[in-house]
Amino acid sequence: MRLLFYLAALGILISQAPARGSPEKDRQIFLDTYSKNLPGVPLSRYVHGSMMLSDDALSQYDSIMDFPPFQDAVDSGEKIWNTPFKNGQNFSNCFENKGVEIAGKFPYYDSDLEQVVTFEMALNFCLQNNNEAPVDFVDPETMGALSAYARSLSDGMLMQIEISTPDALAKYNDGKSLYFRRIGQYNLACASCHLTHGGHYFRDELLSPAIGQAVHFPVFRGGERLYTLQMRYQRCMEAVGAVPYSSGSEELNNLEFFHSYLNNGLPLESSVYRR
Amino acid sequence: MDKTVRFRVRVKDNIANVKAMIFHPMETGYRRDKNSKSIIPQHFVHTAIVTLNGKTIMEVHWSRSVSKNPYLNIQVPGVSAGDELSISWLDNMGQSGSGVSTIS
Amino acid sequence: MVSEAHQRRIFLKSALAVISSLIVPSVGYSRWDKNAYNKTEIVASVQSVGVTNLADLREGGGKITLLTPKIAENGAIVPITVNSKIPNTERIFIFAEKNPQPLVSDYVFTPHVEPFVASRIKMSETAFVHAIVLAEGVFYRTAREVKVTIGGCGEDS
Repeated sequence: MRLLFYLAALGILISQAPARGSPEKDRQIFLDTYSKNLPGVPLSRYVHGSMMLSDDALSQYDSIMDFPPFQDAVDSGEKIWNTPFKNGQNFSNCFENKGVEIAGKFPYYDSDLEQVVTFEMALNFCLQNNNEAPVDFVDPETMGALSAYARSLSDGMLMQIEISTPDALAKYNDGKSLYFRRIGQYNLACASCHLTHGGHYFRDELLSPAIGQAVHFPVFRGGERLYTLQMRYQRCMEAVGAVPYSSGSEELNNLEFFHSYLNNGLPLESSVYRR
Repeated sequence: MDKTVRFRVRVKDNIANVKAMIFHPMETGYRRDKNSKSIIPQHFVHTAIVTLNGKTIMEVHWSRSVSKNPYLNIQVPGVSAGDELSISWLDNMGQSGSGVSTIS
Repeated sequence: MVSEAHQRRIFLKSALAVISSLIVPSVGYSRWDKNAYNKTEIVASVQSVGVTNLADLREGGGKITLLTPKIAENGAIVPITVNSKIPNTERIFIFAEKNPQPLVSDYVFTPHVEPFVASRIKMSETAFVHAIVLAEGVFYRTAREVKVTIGGCGEDS
């Protein structure tokens, strides 16, 4: 009787949980899946997501990025970044190296706060620590613009997420389990499209691999609508008929932690065009 | 609204490859405001004049079918350092703006 | 010392005054033509810019280079380029055949600027983009089809 119970429990464990391994092993599994789905496509192309197999799409991307129509939004972010707080301090004082070449280390696990801290959260902490009001994570004119500019100070930096403690690993695994969890009316997990079918076509859309996604944010869709990475997660959740978690929620922070780790080694680029 | 014109000019063999952008909504008049549901009125640049050292070299006519924050790329031959290139624009609501770029 | 703002005002006034004194091409259109831009159908639209007889519209052949995407990533921002090698090109007209008003833009060239223009246009649906060149009283045309899809996963309208 007891044996049956243990076998059943074991069966449930095996069927529910993705294979237990280290983050590096996970990343390798993702890489292997994509090299099967996209034979011969170099990793460097993955950062262009759903455009990566189409020269026609990339040529439009290059043309638009040569002189982006959303330059005014990024410039307004620059103005926010450069405007001193009432106490005379400014954003660059909150970050190491004055905010230059740092975004690739976000998100990170903060052992004092016992939570994952994203770059956008750090921007809000900076405001709060300087007696300024934090801004709305989903407002394109405040956090969007600020993030678009502030992240650009790290353009070219390689994503380099560190997971060096058991507590950090627990958050990573929490994000990973959301990634593999079927949700919404369509009962799809992120992995259903972006791992299993990452690099495959769904009607006329190429499903972008998870690797390559997290380094190119925020995006300006149609050249005008700003989305941070977590706003994009929210849109995806809605697309599968699920009620989205909030930007800045623990669920999405842990997901971003997991997702960003997968993108380790790829160069960041902020404020890019997407369709 | 930004009334200036943003320029990026590269000169090669005395030909200036001029890229310019006007930050303008180019509103078609077909969109509705998300909250009030009322139509957002047409608001677009219809004419832009390009001058070189004060002399008109090109006239641009646009419509609502030109993308938001309209972009213009033209080629101006026979330029020299110090030449002044300008773009002045006028929209259907009578608003206008301009910008100047000095050839380096 | 004249302030920058003042300089700009002087400049703008003179530039706008120039609109009325611009060289008039042979057909006589040198202002933004409200009548042409309000036409809602391609044939009427083309006729309204001076092509009274469509049979007179010559094929541009290799002399007009029109570059467009094959499939537009987003119909709101379609990059296009037109370059005319026809001597004495005075105007280039751009049409997106299925737009509510097909005439998209037109450009008036003096000899001081190359008959070349790149811009970004809106297309409401899959259609031919036509570039019509006016040179020495003759109209030439070239066209390319651009596919426009609705899509982009997770995009709100």
